[in-house]
Amino acid sequence: MQIAHDILLRSYRSMRTIRDFEERLHVEFATGEIPGFVHLYCGEEASAVGVCAHLTDTDTIASTHRGHGHCIAKGVGVDGMMAEIYGRKTGVCHGKGGSMHIADLSLGMLGANGIVGGGPPLICGAALSHKVLNDGGVAVAFYGDGASNEGTTLESLNLAMVWQLPAVFVCEDNGYGEATGASYACAGTQKARAAGFGMPYFDCDGTDFFAVYEAAGAAIAHARAGNGPVMLHVQLARWYGHFEGDAMTYRANGEVASLRAEHDCLKNFRQRVTEVSLLEPSALDDIDASVKDEIDAAVTAAKNAPLPEPADLEADVYVSY
Amino acid sequence: MSKKSFRQAINEALRQEMQRDPRVILMGEDIAGGQGGTAGVVDAWGGVLGVTKGLYTEFGANRVFDTPISEASYIGAAVGAAATGLRPVAELMFVDFVGCCLDQIMNQAAKFRYMFGGKARTPLVIRAMYGAGFNAAAQHSQALYPLFTHIPGLKVVVPSSPYEAKGLLIEAIRDDDPVIFLENKVMYDDEEEVPDEPYSIPFGEANLTREGDDVTIVAFGRMVNFANEAADRLEKDGISCTVVDPRTTSPLDSATILECVEDTGRLVIVDESSPRCNMATDVAALVAEQAFDALKAPIRQVVPPHTPVPFATVLEKLYLPDSARIESAVRSVMAYKKAKQDA
Repeated sequence: MQIAHDILLRSYRSMRTIRDFEERLHVEFATGEIPGFVHLYCGEEASAVGVCAHLTDTDTIASTHRGHGHCIAKGVGVDGMMAEIYGRKTGVCHGKGGSMHIADLSLGMLGANGIVGGGPPLICGAALSHKVLNDGGVAVAFYGDGASNEGTTLESLNLAMVWQLPAVFVCEDNGYGEATGASYACAGTQKARAAGFGMPYFDCDGTDFFAVYEAAGAAIAHARAGNGPVMLHVQLARWYGHFEGDAMTYRANGEVASLRAEHDCLKNFRQRVTEVSLLEPSALDDIDASVKDEIDAAVTAAKNAPLPEPADLEADVYVSY
Repeated sequence: MSKKSFRQAINEALRQEMQRDPRVILMGEDIAGGQGGTAGVVDAWGGVLGVTKGLYTEFGANRVFDTPISEASYIGAAVGAAATGLRPVAELMFVDFVGCCLDQIMNQAAKFRYMFGGKARTPLVIRAMYGAGFNAAAQHSQALYPLFTHIPGLKVVVPSSPYEAKGLLIEAIRDDDPVIFLENKVMYDDEEEVPDEPYSIPFGEANLTREGDDVTIVAFGRMVNFANEAADRLEKDGISCTVVDPRTTSPLDSATILECVEDTGRLVIVDESSPRCNMATDVAALVAEQAFDALKAPIRQVVPPHTPVPFATVLEKLYLPDSARIESAVRSVMAYKKAKQDA
C-alpha cells in the first residue's frame, strides 16, 4: 500500500518520540525522583501510531494505564506530559493526575485510565456524541488483553453494536495482564468474541507499523462510514514489566532480548523504508537527533518546573460548588 | 400554575430542557420501551414507572436512547458523552443498581475535572429511584444518597416535592458537573401546584418549610413531608419547629443549618438512609463542631436500624422513620434537662 511521505515521516517521529520518552523514564524512574506508578509502552509504539495516523483532533480516543504512547500519538506534547509525570504545576494536568491520568480533551484524548476496562464504556459515549452531533468523528478505545475480560468491555461491545456507534475497539494484546499470561486468563479468542456480537474483526502484527496502519485504516474507515463498530486485535509485546520495578519473574530468560532483536518496530520501519528508498536514512537520523534533544529538554524542564501550590489542593473539584 | 404529580413535574422538566437545548439526550432501560418487541409499539412504557412517557414520541430516536440491561456500559457511555459535548440525562432505574456501574460514576465522572487539572466538564445527570415503603425489599429500596455525597466531584439532589423536583432537575441539567438526582419512588403520585414554565432552584440553598423557635428539624427527601406533619401536630401543643429541607446533600447548606440551630438550640435530624455514616451523622458532626454552645439538648437522630430494608409490610413500617417518631424525638429534646448542671 502507498503511504504519503509526510505520514511516514510523522509516524516515524511519533514512534521514536514514544520510544525515547519511555526509555528515558525507565532510567529516570530508577533514580527515585519520579513519584507513583509508571507503566511503559516500549515495544508497542507501532500500535498507537498506526491507529492514530488515521485520526484527527475531532476523533476521540480513550487509553489505559499504559497510556503514554497513546497520548503522544494523539498529539499531546511531551513537555506537558513529562512535567505531569514529575508532579509539576506545569504538567498537562497541573500535577494532579500523574502518569495514569494524562488527558487533553481539546485533542480528543479522553485520558489514560487507572481502571482496567474503564475506557470502553466512555468510548461508547464519545461515539454517541459523534453520532448525535454528526461531526464525522470516530471514537477509539485502546484496551489490553487483561481488560478484554472486564464486563465493562464486553458490555460495551454489545452496546456499540446495539446503537451502531462509530466506535473502534483496539485490543492491544501484549500477552500479559500484569503477571498472568493471556493464554491462562482469556478464554476463547478475541476474534470469536467479536463474532459473538456480530462485530467485524480485523487483526494485525502490532510490531509492524505498516500492518497496523493498513488494518487500522480499514477498521476506522468502516466505523467512520457509518457501518457500525469494529474490533481491531493488535498482537504485540511490551519490553518492560507491568510497572517500573517489576522484575518480570514470570517471563522466560531471553524473551525480551529476542523481542528487542527481532520485533523492534523502529528498526523494522527503518529497514523497510530505506530498502525501497521511500525515505533517506539521513532523514530518519535527523528525526532521531531532534527527538533526543526534545526529550532531554522535556526532562530538564520538568525537573526545574515549579511544584503545585497549597491552593491547588482544593481547586477544580467542580466547575462550581 | 397547575396541579402536577411528582412524576409529571419530572417529565415536564425533562421535556422543557430537551426543547431548550438539543444537546440534552436521555438514555436508560425502557425509558421508551417496546423496541424489538412483537407488538411493534415504541414508547410502550416510558420508564418502569412511566416518568419519561411521551418523550421518545416527541423527540425521537436521536435524543432518547433505550439501552440494553447493561448499566456499566450505558452509565459509562453517559459519562463519555458528557465529556465530549452532549448533556446526557441517564436513568439508572433503581439506585440500588449502582453496584453494577459505580466505577463509571466514582472513578470516571467524579474524577475527570480534578484529575485532568480542571480541563474537563462532565455535565451529566443520573436519575434514579430510591427509598423504602414500596415493599420492594432489600435490593430495590435503599436510600443511597450518603454514598454519593461521600464522593468529591459529585453533586447530589434529593427533592422533597413536585415543585422542588421540577426546579432542581432543571438546575441539574443546566449544571456543568455530574449530578446524582434521586427520586423517592413512593412520591411519584404526590401532587401540588407547580408552575408550567421552566424555573430552576439553586443547589446548596436549603428551604425552610416551617419556621419556629423551639426545635430545628433537618430532614431529607420524603422525610421533609413527615417532618412537616410532625411539626403541625406539635404546633398545637405549643412546640414550634423550624423544618430545614437542604434539597441537596452535596453541596450542603451548612450555614442555614447552623443558623437555625443557633436560633432554636435544639436539633432533630431525620434521614431514611442506613444510620452509619449517613446525612444524620454528617449534620450532627457539623453542629457538634460548630454550634456546640448553642445546644440546649443532645442532638437526636431519627433513622432506620442498621439492617437491609425488609419486605413484609409490618417490618418495613417499623424500619422507616415516620412522623410519630419525629414527634417523639422533638418532645424528648424539649423535655431534656441538663441533669448535672441542675443537680
